[in-house]
Amino acid sequence: AENEQPWGTPCTQLLVFVATPGCDGFPSLDSKEGYKLSVSEGSLLLSADAVWGALRGLETFSQLVGRDENGTYYINKTEIVDFPRFPHRGLLLDTSRHYLPLRAILETLDVMAYNKFNVFHWHIVDDPSFPYESLTFPELSKQGAFNAMTHVYTASDVQTVIEYARLRGIRVIAEFDTPGHTLSWGPGAPGLLTPCYLGKDPSGTYGPINPILNSTYQFVTSLFQEVSSVFPDFFLHLGGDEVDFTCWKSNPKIRAFMKEMGFGEDYKKLESFYIQRLLDVISSLGKGYIVWQEVFDNGVKVRPDTIIHVWKNSMPYPQEMANVTKAGYRALLSAPWYLNHISYGQDWMAAYQVEPLKFEGVPEQKDRVIGGEACMWGEYVDATNLAPRLW
Amino acid sequence: SRRAMGRAMGLAGVLVGLFLVPAVLVSTSLRHGAPRAEPAPEPAERELASGAVPEDSLWPLPQWLRTSRRQLQLAPARFQLVHGAGSSAGPACGLLQDAFRRYYEYMFGQSRRRRGRRPLGARADPELSQLQVVIESRDPGCHSYPHLASNEAYHLTVTEPVAVLKANEVWGALRGLETFSQLVHEDDYGSFLVNESEIDDFPRFAHRGILLDTSRHYLPLKSILTNLDAMAFNKFNVLHWHIVDDQSFPYQSIYFPELSDKGAYSYNHIYTPTDIRLVIEYARLRGIRVIPEFDTPGHTQSWGKGQKGLLTPCYSGEQPTGSFGPVNPILNTTYNFMTKFFKEISSVFPDAYIHLGGDEVNFDCWKSNPEVKEFMKKQGFGIDYAKLESYYIQKILNIVSSYDKGYIVWQEVFDNKAQLKPETVVQVWMENNYAHELSSVTGAGFTAILAAPWYLDYISYGQDWKKYYSVEPLNFPGSEKQKKLLIGGEACLWGEFVDATNLTPRLWPRASAVGERLWSSWNVTNLQDAYKRLTNHRCRML
Repeated sequence: AENEQPWGTPCTQLLVFVATPGCDGFPSLDSKEGYKLSVSEGSLLLSADAVWGALRGLETFSQLVGRDENGTYYINKTEIVDFPRFPHRGLLLDTSRHYLPLRAILETLDVMAYNKFNVFHWHIVDDPSFPYESLTFPELSKQGAFNAMTHVYTASDVQTVIEYARLRGIRVIAEFDTPGHTLSWGPGAPGLLTPCYLGKDPSGTYGPINPILNSTYQFVTSLFQEVSSVFPDFFLHLGGDEVDFTCWKSNPKIRAFMKEMGFGEDYKKLESFYIQRLLDVISSLGKGYIVWQEVFDNGVKVRPDTIIHVWKNSMPYPQEMANVTKAGYRALLSAPWYLNHISYGQDWMAAYQVEPLKFEGVPEQKDRVIGGEACMWGEYVDATNLAPRLW
Repeated sequence: SRRAMGRAMGLAGVLVGLFLVPAVLVSTSLRHGAPRAEPAPEPAERELASGAVPEDSLWPLPQWLRTSRRQLQLAPARFQLVHGAGSSAGPACGLLQDAFRRYYEYMFGQSRRRRGRRPLGARADPELSQLQVVIESRDPGCHSYPHLASNEAYHLTVTEPVAVLKANEVWGALRGLETFSQLVHEDDYGSFLVNESEIDDFPRFAHRGILLDTSRHYLPLKSILTNLDAMAFNKFNVLHWHIVDDQSFPYQSIYFPELSDKGAYSYNHIYTPTDIRLVIEYARLRGIRVIPEFDTPGHTQSWGKGQKGLLTPCYSGEQPTGSFGPVNPILNTTYNFMTKFFKEISSVFPDAYIHLGGDEVNFDCWKSNPEVKEFMKKQGFGIDYAKLESYYIQKILNIVSSYDKGYIVWQEVFDNKAQLKPETVVQVWMENNYAHELSSVTGAGFTAILAAPWYLDYISYGQDWKKYYSVEPLNFPGSEKQKKLLIGGEACLWGEFVDATNLTPRLWPRASAVGERLWSSWNVTNLQDAYKRLTNHRCRML
């Protein structure tokens, strides 16, 4: 009985076969993540078109390996053919509301790999702080970070994240959200933000990026030149959400500009004016872009290959998904997946039961839904509670 | 961070940008006097929020406090926490010796200046060389356990050259040490400073507890001990250990080892007698009582695994279904078991009280069992199963009384009209109309503990600490005498969705809001001020 081998032939090797080279490249929206796993007596074979599929297959293989009461590792005879339903499966982390030390980001990337996520949407700066150390504009983080010595991401940190992610088949899509959500940019870039007015005098507070100055577009061009070269992914997330028009409305120079341009009282036109110029800059840098849904909702003229990120629940999001895809744009869904909105009990079920394609539309529209993202906004999240809140 | 490495670093992090260079403009300020003094109006020259004042990080806020702008320096290499002349406690008082070391570590642990090199640009402020601790009562309590009537008051005078902390008993000294450590701060240059001040403090409520549930999820010893540390930072003084329940029985019983053998999640998920002793002593050294809860007759599924015949077999018609309900109240064997079991519990846990549970008893199984139905008839209970529940509870209460223990029960025991001894403590937990319940309980002459608005396992998005902070426990219709019967409250963290991976961030700093509500004066309710102090306190706790 002791010599009995209840587990059949011992398996000594998992052979990994990848059809197309690409070990040194970066994953992209078009990356092939399909794989086949074949486990039988004397043969363990993982085959994939690309290395990205091999990574997914390795994760699955590791999940199949079990251990019995005697401590023996075993695996059942298995055949798996696998590929993702959606090519963009992302996670958003917010490192502006609270700084997240590098370790927390890397740990998150590990867990993303366990769950076959393939996009890290890095909402890196926002109103409360600017932790991104810019080569071109070092003052941005010097003045805008919570602490310029300790609460920053150096160029080396950023490269570490990008490479750590790449090794796990995860794309890093940076979001530099403008023109709103930019208060922290102000101290390091005087003149960038719109000075708000109280009657005839500046109130001392600032609003969104000032869309009427040439200096704004020079700044934005230079900054995004740097960002485009630092982040290798084809896409950049440009934000464009929640632009509060109050400050613009209060500023006499802006009002004058509105008149000059014939925008009337429609500040959405001014917002579009800015966004359009920004998008042109990004295009000229050879990048594609993702924007929050307001950019689409406010009628900004965007390139056909723009990806619209649906996040609001004010209109039922399926309606928005229908509108976006009907207009011919690709869509990303986040609205039902704001994981920072915690509640008591097994709320994972509500997230699980979301059917992204449940909206009115023809098959071509449904094809334009490229995936979605779980968002962990940082108002109440830092390294002390990120992991148990997210996973 | 306090935990491993002392607090100086955390303080420095918080205080960068917050604290002033020497020209602190805090004039002598009187704060929040409850019986002692009236709150003074804010002095006009008082700095705005950006100019920090020492009381900006006190939590919970003391009853009476006066600070001045005069600052004293502390040199980590020389500063000492010592027993003062005239103290009834001395070096033999292990509890205080341990506290001295612990608080030294909290204050200076991160500092590299413990070996006595003078930093450049050393200040000219006078040096505070010692905090002397004087216990005034003849019996300081060094070797005893804290209890409901323990005296936690203290008086702290911080002035050159020596600060004095006076307390009646060691329990007050522990509270005062915590406060003193909250007064010590670092300036921009890394010097340790404390403002000359005087504090007179005592808790508003005597029972300030945290409930931990180690049955729904096992909690390793480390997380329980870490939690006791956090409790001490917030002046909590009761650990309500809901140790067993339906899901698992991790308590390793000496008389009935099968209970955990069969009822725990695994052999790795138990608390041995040594573990229990460790928790009790760790708590004692922090002035925290450990009140175990062995909840019966409901919430006992896991007991049945190791104690066959204890639970009621449920029936479907004439046949047992194979499943079991609450403890079987009609068998003598039940009471023989409970007598022996609670004898053990009474000796293992030194606190004067045991929590006996008594909540959420589902009568369906009893109703289905023919022998139970027979018993009901014989006893003349009709179909009122609450009477059977009371019958059971009364017998348990008598058993526990015979071991000279007091008991706490959940409100159902009172609601279902069991006959309770006058000294019974009733814990009010049902949210619906809890003020009314408090009136009823205290109106009937029983002591009450409030948990209903403080179920911290019910998480929600945003700053829910404000909701917990805004509870006023005495907001219920009742006489002065009744109000006195509300001895305190508990923040509960039930374990259905909690284990060691998320306990600390889920419980803290939300529970801090409850901590201040139970310690500080009734009129300490300003949310903006609380926010300021709580954010500082939270960073310090990390």
